Amino acid sequence: MSDLEKFRAETRAWLEENCPPSMRTPMPEEETCWGGRNPVYKNPDSKVWMDRMGARGWTVPAWPKEYGGGGLDKAHNQVLQQELGRLRARPPLSSFGIWMLGPALLEFASEEQKRHYLPQIARGEIRWCQGYSEPGAGSDLAGLQTKAEDMGDHYLVNGSKIWTSYGNYADWIFCLVRTDPKAPKHQGISFLLFDMASPGVSTKPIKLISGASVFAQTFFDNVKVPKDQLVGTLNAGWTIAKALLQHERNMIGGMGGANMPGSSGLRSPSVAAKRYAGEIKGKIANPAMRLEVAKHNMNSRAFGLTGQRMADEMKAGAPPGPASSMFKYYGTEQNKRKYELLLQAMGTSALGWEGKPFEEHELSITREWLRSKGNSIEGGTSEVQLNIIAKNVLRLPD
Amino acid sequence: MALLVLNEDQVQLKDSARDFIQNKAPIAAFRKLRDSNDKDGFDRNLWKEMADLGWAGIIIPEEFGGFGFGYTGLGVVLEETGRTLAASPLISTALIGATAVLLGGSAAQKKEILPAIAAGGWLMALAHEEGPHHAPYAIATKAKADGGGFILSGKKTFVLDGHVADQLIVVARTSGKSGAREGLTLFLVDSKTPGVKITRTLMADSRNAANVKFTNVKLASNTMLGAIDQGADILDPVLDRARIGLAAEMLGSVREEFERTVEYLKTRQQFGVLIGTFQALKHRAAEMFCEIELSISVLLDGLIAIDENRKDVPQMASLVKARLNDTYFLVSNEALQMHGGIGMTDEFDMGLFMKRARVAIASFGDSSFHRERYATLEGY
Repeated sequence: MSDLEKFRAETRAWLEENCPPSMRTPMPEEETCWGGRNPVYKNPDSKVWMDRMGARGWTVPAWPKEYGGGGLDKAHNQVLQQELGRLRARPPLSSFGIWMLGPALLEFASEEQKRHYLPQIARGEIRWCQGYSEPGAGSDLAGLQTKAEDMGDHYLVNGSKIWTSYGNYADWIFCLVRTDPKAPKHQGISFLLFDMASPGVSTKPIKLISGASVFAQTFFDNVKVPKDQLVGTLNAGWTIAKALLQHERNMIGGMGGANMPGSSGLRSPSVAAKRYAGEIKGKIANPAMRLEVAKHNMNSRAFGLTGQRMADEMKAGAPPGPASSMFKYYGTEQNKRKYELLLQAMGTSALGWEGKPFEEHELSITREWLRSKGNSIEGGTSEVQLNIIAKNVLRLPD
Repeated sequence: MALLVLNEDQVQLKDSARDFIQNKAPIAAFRKLRDSNDKDGFDRNLWKEMADLGWAGIIIPEEFGGFGFGYTGLGVVLEETGRTLAASPLISTALIGATAVLLGGSAAQKKEILPAIAAGGWLMALAHEEGPHHAPYAIATKAKADGGGFILSGKKTFVLDGHVADQLIVVARTSGKSGAREGLTLFLVDSKTPGVKITRTLMADSRNAANVKFTNVKLASNTMLGAIDQGADILDPVLDRARIGLAAEMLGSVREEFERTVEYLKTRQQFGVLIGTFQALKHRAAEMFCEIELSISVLLDGLIAIDENRKDVPQMASLVKARLNDTYFLVSNEALQMHGGIGMTDEFDMGLFMKRARVAIASFGDSSFHRERYATLEGY
């Protein structure tokens, strides 16, 4: 038996033994496991599953072992993912620490910082939020004004951030701050980490058009931050900020593909169209709607294949392409189109706000439709992504 | 599952194909064929050289004298021919002719025909369409059993490379009514057979097409390709491979046009600045970039699907053709618009691409055809 086959057999046995049965079912959004200091486990199995996976480093299988990861190479990680897929296992931990901060720390942090912060992320002990946008710095992110002054033994942070995802639930923040107000705007920014429980930090949830409050405004009033919580070089934080944004964009952009779990079943436009708009001999009854659904699904498949191609090109040794902006742009626009199509297919059934007679998934789709509108704004608007493609890929002049 | 990347051999083939095409069949050569009203509409010497490189038999297994490089290999070559709009029998003969014989031919037919194709000796053409729209089963051309053979009567239109073909692959009805999938039969018909009348049709893209009329053409029973009445079982996969192969040529044209257009945005000045500084143009260029990236992905997966004999080749063929139709349409229109007045001149190449785009879109199914087909194949 080859090493990989052995690993597969062991992994399969371990997962069969350790993945609780309820973690092998589709995950309702409210059961997403975010970890953190004050976690909420609607389903207690979520914690069991996270802890067991965390102990093996399999919440972050590809990270090095010394930082709390699984230390798996690509081939072994692929086997693990296949085995998880076989059980339809839920992700053990959802975390901005894993998706965004971790990769940036691996690239830019000091050895000491990596050993300190990464294992806490891997085990789901600290829930992170992202301090990027400000009321006056949205698309023009580098125009941010939140400042950190050097007070000798610490930085003093003052200002405010907005659109901080889950800011009111987070334990720590990774935050862009201005450390040199005189330098050109991209060159006076630093990347700080600090505890949201620090004196002077407060948050206020923002209610969105969907009715949900996934974002907060975050205020910093004379917050003292120890100096060893600066990542990378002082005033060189923009490089880290950009690298992290690429991870964020890939994360957000991944939503438009045909293989997303959210695109199956009742969230599949073809299924919805048949059920709500009628079918004749197995075909969507309205021929115009049918062609729209086909066009949409074909684009989703093309987008999914593009994600696969990019990943395969990297596996084959090509450097990561300038794909993240394209991914973010197309994926989010496609996700918005998906919800518009679902609404078209479902008619007034997807326009209920709450209560009966609407089914739970119908009410969710109404809210998700509204939530999807933010996808092409957060993490850099579609227009910003097109600018980035024009500049960095097509090399069009400024 | 194969990786969605070209392997080393395919990359090498693509590089050498590019060198060859750029040197031997630049866009100026195509222009010359057009302007001289060349009677063949392609360069026979060039075809000989292509055959010497192995391209005529690129999908044909080595046991039949071919190159054995598969459809992905043919795809990368076709993409390069699309860059210069190179006219050649690659699609009619190396792709469609060879595929039809590979999928439907008897052992004897394969042994006779495949080596002849691979050597560049035989030119083939699929005589299929009967109306202005791609309609695989709308076949009224009849083949009536007669003694041991058949008598063929009917009319075909838009037969690619029909007027230069040595052999026609004719889709005829042996039973049932026009529109039915059942009852079709494929025949190999020598173009010099009495009763076959071929008339070249001059198309907007200056590529080769012909109308063919069959008047009581006598066919021996051994001209049948595959089983009687079951021709659609060959025709369908042949058309799917034709769709994906043609899409490869289309992608080459798309990439060429797009690169030229982006270059133009970096050199053309108006209002005292490069027009590439205008966000109105930048965003449209970036959107085209995204559509092209998606096109590259689906095409490669489509080619791999054929080579791996995957079950979803029909879906992939419709996905690929519809996407390349739409992308070529978008890019050829945007390229012309962004070039402004010069794009409207015959001297400039953008118009050649635009004309080719429309003919290629109409070949083997436009986007509405393929969206409808995709929905059916996917069960909705």
